[in-house]
Amino acid sequence: MTYSVKGRSAPLISKLSVSVNSKETLVLLGRSGSGKTTLLRLINRMLVPSSGEVVVEGKSTVDWDAIRLRRHIGYVIQEAGLFPHFTVAENVGLVPGLEKWDPGRISKRTDELLRIVGLDPKEFAQRRPAQLSGGQRQRVGVARALGADPSILLMDEPFGALDPVTRSELQHEFSELARRLGKTIVFVTHDLREALLLGSRIVLLQTGRIVANAKPEEFLRIDHPEVKAFSATLHTGTPA
Amino acid sequence: MVTHRSEIWSATLDHVGLVLIAMSIAIVIAVPLGMFIVQRPALRTFSLGVASVFQTIPSLALFGFLIPIPFIGGIGPRTAIVALVLYALLPILRNTYVGLTSIDPAVLEAAEAMGMTNTQILIRVRLPLALGIILAGIRTATVITIGVATIAAAIGAGGLGTFIFRGVAMVSDAVILAGAIPAALLAIVADLSLALIEHRLRAL
Repeated sequence: MTYSVKGRSAPLISKLSVSVNSKETLVLLGRSGSGKTTLLRLINRMLVPSSGEVVVEGKSTVDWDAIRLRRHIGYVIQEAGLFPHFTVAENVGLVPGLEKWDPGRISKRTDELLRIVGLDPKEFAQRRPAQLSGGQRQRVGVARALGADPSILLMDEPFGALDPVTRSELQHEFSELARRLGKTIVFVTHDLREALLLGSRIVLLQTGRIVANAKPEEFLRIDHPEVKAFSATLHTGTPA
Repeated sequence: MVTHRSEIWSATLDHVGLVLIAMSIAIVIAVPLGMFIVQRPALRTFSLGVASVFQTIPSLALFGFLIPIPFIGGIGPRTAIVALVLYALLPILRNTYVGLTSIDPAVLEAAEAMGMTNTQILIRVRLPLALGIILAGIRTATVITIGVATIAAAIGAGGLGTFIFRGVAMVSDAVILAGAIPAALLAIVADLSLALIEHRLRAL
């Protein structure tokens, strides 16, 4: 599958082929501009491939109704992107609301999800995003993505904007949560530590191509300059 | 004095009437147009350009231009309202556009990724978040309109400008002030009350 933009000589994603197994956490690792976010956006049809196809649950994304497909796939981004004029409960209940669930069921679901991400509904449901810390906002972002119980979850550097301590807390909690939920997760990061912690498989991208595809325990042994470049960040402390 | 008071009162009501009608029409035109031009760059340049041109025409000249035009022109309040609408368009149009387009990209990305349709994004995300800025435009336009409406008296539209023109003709400061003070008070009251509403909305 290839994705290119008019007026640019090199495609952003070039002749790439990868499959994600059901209920695994696939980490897309790479530098800025390596095409990881582009790849993620191709999965829920925010972008459409220039050639080739993206198949979700046996059906090409272009054959899916874009709206249906997106409500079927949870999406978490950096800084959460919560609606500032909605309460926490309204944010979390967004997709169930779009799917016309009845209000009683939405509020039960919202409470359940807030508890899942470690927030007490009594304390947080009626707050606005501005009244939350960065870590709490990101928890709400995860809860919102799980709203209508999607089987697939896309996460674009969800913990990237957090302070190191909060980030580490959320990474460990999320690793636990991912195991419990049994969702198919595609997780984008530029942080090898995070990739090793969360991934059941790591795919390393460089300028729109896959340069490595391995289980975490095998990943560091791969002999490729880009793998080595990422491995080096493990010894120099916090990656950029 | 009693007759003067009632005369000032009725001119004030006329003035408020002119402003309310003109503002309602301007809002009904400019807010939907502002929503429409978000996705259409060519029309955006054109409509913002035209609205800006109206702003640059001196108000007395604009009233003059409109008088000979059939249907909308002539002497009286109707012509004045057309002119006032043309002046009020730009601040509302520009603020609607700016408000709708200055929303945190992460919020819009999330809205799209959650599977909201474009209409849902406009009504449930863009508009509520832009409301404060749109209201700021309406506030600016209202204050401008209250001021410009005094000149509408020159083409027989009535309102507080009647006293100002009469006072100039009579060389009487007292008569000028009888029009100018209520007009200034109107502008201040309108500005403060709209500011209050705007503040409430932004606090959400």
